[in-house]
Amino acid sequence: MNSIPLSVYLVLALILFCIGLFGALTKRNAVIVLISIELMLNAVNINLVAFAKYGAKPGLTGQIFSLFTITVAAAEAAVGLAILMALYRNRKTVNVDEMDIMKR
Amino acid sequence: MQNAWLIPLLPLLSFILLLLFGKKLKEASAYAGIGATLLSLMLAAAVMLGQWGGESYKAEGVWLSIGKHAVTMGYEINPLNALMLVIVTLVSFLVHVYSKSYMRGDDRFHVFFAYLGLFTFAMLGLVLSPNLLQVYMFWELVGLGSFLLIGYYYFKPEAKAAAKKAFIMTRIGDVGLFIGIILLYWQAGSFEYDEIFKAIADGTISSDMITLIAILIFVGAVGKSGQLPLHTWLPDAMEGPTPVSALIHAATMVAAGVYLVAAMYPLFEASSAAMTTVAVVGGITAIFAASIGLMQKDIKRVLAYSTVSQLGYMMLALGSGGYTAGVFHLMTHAFFKALLFLAAGSVIHAVHTQNIEEMGGLWRKLKITAPLFLIGALSISGFPLFSGFFSKDEILMATYGDGRYGLFVLAVLAAFFTAFYMFRLFFMVFAGSPSQEHGKVGESDGPMILPMAVLGVLAVLAGYLNTPWFGTFLADYLSHGPVRFAAEGEHGPIWIPILATAVSLAGILLAYLMYGKKKLSRNWLSRSLPSLSTIVYRKYYVDEAYDATVVRGTTGFSCLWSYVDRYLVEGAVNGTVSLIQWLGKRGSYMYDGQVQRIGAVAVAGLVIILLFFAAAGGYFS
Repeated sequence: MNSIPLSVYLVLALILFCIGLFGALTKRNAVIVLISIELMLNAVNINLVAFAKYGAKPGLTGQIFSLFTITVAAAEAAVGLAILMALYRNRKTVNVDEMDIMKR
Repeated sequence: MQNAWLIPLLPLLSFILLLLFGKKLKEASAYAGIGATLLSLMLAAAVMLGQWGGESYKAEGVWLSIGKHAVTMGYEINPLNALMLVIVTLVSFLVHVYSKSYMRGDDRFHVFFAYLGLFTFAMLGLVLSPNLLQVYMFWELVGLGSFLLIGYYYFKPEAKAAAKKAFIMTRIGDVGLFIGIILLYWQAGSFEYDEIFKAIADGTISSDMITLIAILIFVGAVGKSGQLPLHTWLPDAMEGPTPVSALIHAATMVAAGVYLVAAMYPLFEASSAAMTTVAVVGGITAIFAASIGLMQKDIKRVLAYSTVSQLGYMMLALGSGGYTAGVFHLMTHAFFKALLFLAAGSVIHAVHTQNIEEMGGLWRKLKITAPLFLIGALSISGFPLFSGFFSKDEILMATYGDGRYGLFVLAVLAAFFTAFYMFRLFFMVFAGSPSQEHGKVGESDGPMILPMAVLGVLAVLAGYLNTPWFGTFLADYLSHGPVRFAAEGEHGPIWIPILATAVSLAGILLAYLMYGKKKLSRNWLSRSLPSLSTIVYRKYYVDEAYDATVVRGTTGFSCLWSYVDRYLVEGAVNGTVSLIQWLGKRGSYMYDGQVQRIGAVAVAGLVIILLFFAAAGGYFS
């Protein structure tokens, strides 16, 4: 059980985070962007759990914190999708490129 | 004597009064000025009488203390400055009276009297000062008064230029004076006259330093008294109203330089090099200015060059050890030169021109002015029994006794020139027939005649204060002062007064033959030596030389720096501005409202911060 070192978890989380970041910054479809954000959140969760087990002060705090994150992420996904629906109704598109009203 | 501090304050009071209410008082402004100076004059006369055999008096309080050093302010009465007080208040009072009539009808009548009050205050304050710092303050204030009065007709471009020139030229001298005062404070540890003199007497200051300080202080005197390298402002200052010329540029302010040298006399006496400098500058100025005076055509300019020349005489006397002679000539000169200026003002008032070639035959028309002018001219020429005769004799004796025979010859020559140009002026203005019609030429009225008459009497009688025949009252009087000067009991050879008389008579005679009788052609010099006469007429091209060197040099230098400022400094500033603007514009292109671009930029920033911390070893290290 202890054969897998902390660094492996961290590298996994790093890869996951980078994929999520890449997706969030490059994909044009808003749904994919939301999914990418979820990926980044989960990368964080892996970190939290990994440090809870192998960190300087092992304990349950990290795991509980990650549970909170998952809950909040679920709520966030629901709100995000709702906004997306509203946007789609208004503009007939979910393409992120076309949503540039912040400049105006 | 304890009330001496009132003397300068009364004119100041008149100045403030006229500043506040002058517009309402209008012509009545004159009475404020006249009243104030009359009171000052009476006080000054009382002070001087008290000084006759009395002790000198000093009162002062701490004005500023810095650490252990205290700077004091106060006033001091000694024989020398009591004499100056009387001269200044007397001439100022007479000029106030004269101006009341001379300036009548001028729009800024009250301003003129306000300025006169300010100037008189400054001059009296200068004379009363017990320490050099206070002297310096009033010295500058005097310069300001002179500036304002020269530029009184500020709408005339010449007057404006003359005022600026006077201010800047004297300022050059003031820098020397200022450095001298600082050095003296550094060496003697005090601004007070008596402590400085004590330090010099004790030998705490090295002799080289004394020479340096004395020469620097003399530079200040050179600027104020129009001595040779810095004399050019004084003739130009004649653009001011004529009473101002009489007060400032003949009797009082220009004498401030001589007064300063006299007041600091122990300092100068301690250094033979400084004494030589004073004597040589004075002697050369005397002959130089007198020769320019020979050729001038403007009545006031002749008198101005004559003033420069006479101030040179005073410096020559002081530099030759003739303390009494210098102060004596200062006094007699104040009277007869003020008289000459006021008389010239009266002439100008009558004929409305200053060009002496356009005058002539005024003897019969100006029945009172003309004899008074003659008295002044005889006095300045050193005609026997007039005051100038006695004081000039003293100077010649002092110069001869000092052993600088070259300067003695210059002084005798300058005396000849003086007699000649004064009588050239006199004959051209008053003798012969009018060369031009001036309309109705009327004698001036009472307020103008009265001051001239008083000065006329003084121009004759002042000389008897110090004569070899009746007694040397002035020398005895001055010897009570803090300045211990060598007794001038031993009188020079008897031939000196005879020579001086002969020279002055020769000058008068030559002028009479050339301009009075017209026996001699008046332009034989310009015909036989055209180049020399042109050089003299153009005042030795001093102004032109200054213009070509100092003025052009300064203009060129500042032009260079204005380019540096415009292109280098401003270029750097503008470059920075446009760089920032360019960066901002680039940055704003990146922001196109795309959420993902914003996110990418944020991540890039985060990455940069992280990289920085990785390189630096962490935020907390």
